[in-house]
Amino acid sequence: MSDNQQTLFVQHFWNDANRSVDYYLAKMGGYESARKVLGGMAPDQVIEEVKKANIRGRGGAGFPMGMKWSFIPKNSEKPKYLVCNADESEPGTCKDRQIIRYTPHVLIEGLLIGSYAIGCNHAYVYIRGEYVREARLLEEAIEEARAKGFLGKNIFGSGFDLEITVHRGAGAYICGEETGLLNSLEGKRGEPRVKPPFPAVSGAFSCPTAVNNVESIANVPHIIRMGGEAFAKLGKIDKSGGTRLISLSGHVNKPGVYEIQAGSMTLRQIIDELGGGVWKGKKLKAVIPGGSSSPVLTADEIDAVYDVEPLMKIGTMMGSAAIMVIDEDTDMAKLLLRITKFYAHESCGQCTPCREGCHWMESLLHKITHGEAKPSDVDLLVDVAGNIGGKTLCALGDAAAMPVQSFVKKFRAEFDAYAKGHKRHA
Amino acid sequence: MEKHLSEKFYQAMKLKESRYPDRKALILPALHQAQAEYGWLPKEVLAEIAQYIGVHEAQIREVASFYTMYNLKPVGKMHLKICTNVACCLRGADELVDYASKKLGIQCGETTADGTFTLSEEECLGACTTAPVMMANDDYVENLDIPSLNQFIEKVKHER
Repeated sequence: MSDNQQTLFVQHFWNDANRSVDYYLAKMGGYESARKVLGGMAPDQVIEEVKKANIRGRGGAGFPMGMKWSFIPKNSEKPKYLVCNADESEPGTCKDRQIIRYTPHVLIEGLLIGSYAIGCNHAYVYIRGEYVREARLLEEAIEEARAKGFLGKNIFGSGFDLEITVHRGAGAYICGEETGLLNSLEGKRGEPRVKPPFPAVSGAFSCPTAVNNVESIANVPHIIRMGGEAFAKLGKIDKSGGTRLISLSGHVNKPGVYEIQAGSMTLRQIIDELGGGVWKGKKLKAVIPGGSSSPVLTADEIDAVYDVEPLMKIGTMMGSAAIMVIDEDTDMAKLLLRITKFYAHESCGQCTPCREGCHWMESLLHKITHGEAKPSDVDLLVDVAGNIGGKTLCALGDAAAMPVQSFVKKFRAEFDAYAKGHKRHA
Repeated sequence: MEKHLSEKFYQAMKLKESRYPDRKALILPALHQAQAEYGWLPKEVLAEIAQYIGVHEAQIREVASFYTMYNLKPVGKMHLKICTNVACCLRGADELVDYASKKLGIQCGETTADGTFTLSEEECLGACTTAPVMMANDDYVENLDIPSLNQFIEKVKHER
């Protein structure tokens, strides 16, 4: 099945030579979409084309991208900003890194088209601090684009100007949340903001702002080149156009970043056909389907089509398309402790339910896995999770609660075995 | 006030000043630039950044202390940060941390007596399909296992 996949990105990955502007111009129709847009399309027409493409945001929330752009006010006197979220911080996710390493110009061209569409003259790429090398590669690509006249003043003689600045984060998961990111861009602690106002009204530097994920923006040149309708048809499922980059990790034979046409494969097919099945001939126990915050699935729940709505129907989410495969030997209570420790560490501390609750859950899980818990502590754990989810300013609270609720619900016996003293920490 | 940051720092920052509509947005870039120069961020450096940006020193400190990449105490010449998040831990990251800790004779968060190595456990580095992964100063070392970790540490020792 994977052989018949029509892909937009992966055929250009894994070769350092492909990152040059010359490769992009020669092999990917580079900057032709931007030339077409700046040469004669009205900003509204561009947004219309993106709407037709049915592209959902690739960062995690899956919000329709064209609609996001249409929220930016047309007649604002303030400057407008396009901010690219390259924070890639949801555990399991590493697809945007490959776009930046191997096809940075498709991102730059996407930023050019997007900036024109919303009326922005200075776009920012907020990249996670650990991607030191990637930030440098992107800056080099930006310089290449500027040397060719694709950035700067009066691009393609259209009168449109654009600058792009790469802004490095410094190690904080919460800066993947768009308003935490904007605060971090402004030189503040990356604490999420109270919404409304939403970024489209008051975002970066209190100006109208669209925040889009790397992969979302990198799809825009493809949308213009193919036409929105053709792009939408790449998706094999309603309301989800294009392809999806998937980060497949954990206990599989062939971990990697793969690309499929949206909705064209089930989770099982992805694990077996792309990932070569569970490693060491072991049996599958569970799958985390969309980054570590997404509710876990058991081995018999993976025949769902891998896309936003089918996964929502079975009570989980596609998130950032990061699939983590878990084999039969894995201790689910210990794995949940590891996940929860992460969210406790990354809670920004603004909202009490998250700040206190995440540490409480971590300490309960520590007690459980170290044989120090009472049987009732498992219920207490679920109760605490229920008092975090939906009760915080941003989605980190939900992100911490969902794994706890789903792990305990689906693998309760393992937690009870610890809590009842039948199993001891090794 | 005595200057701690070099001309190079101020030149690098000068280039960034026009990139933002608000000077405070220079705080993260300035902290990165200073740390690249100094290895860590002593109090005097934070104060000098505050003066350069034009904000109170407390404002620099509250930002610097929010982000894990800013070192508020000295680190070794080679800072090894081993990711132990889900994807890495599923593929043996905990054993790698134990191994590095024994080999270097330090716990996570500590620096060897000769100032060569600092060892840290790291949260997800965003390279999950090549797990386990560690950061060695600015570089990623991917598909890590005990032999390659051992080799890496030995190489750094010999280069000293």
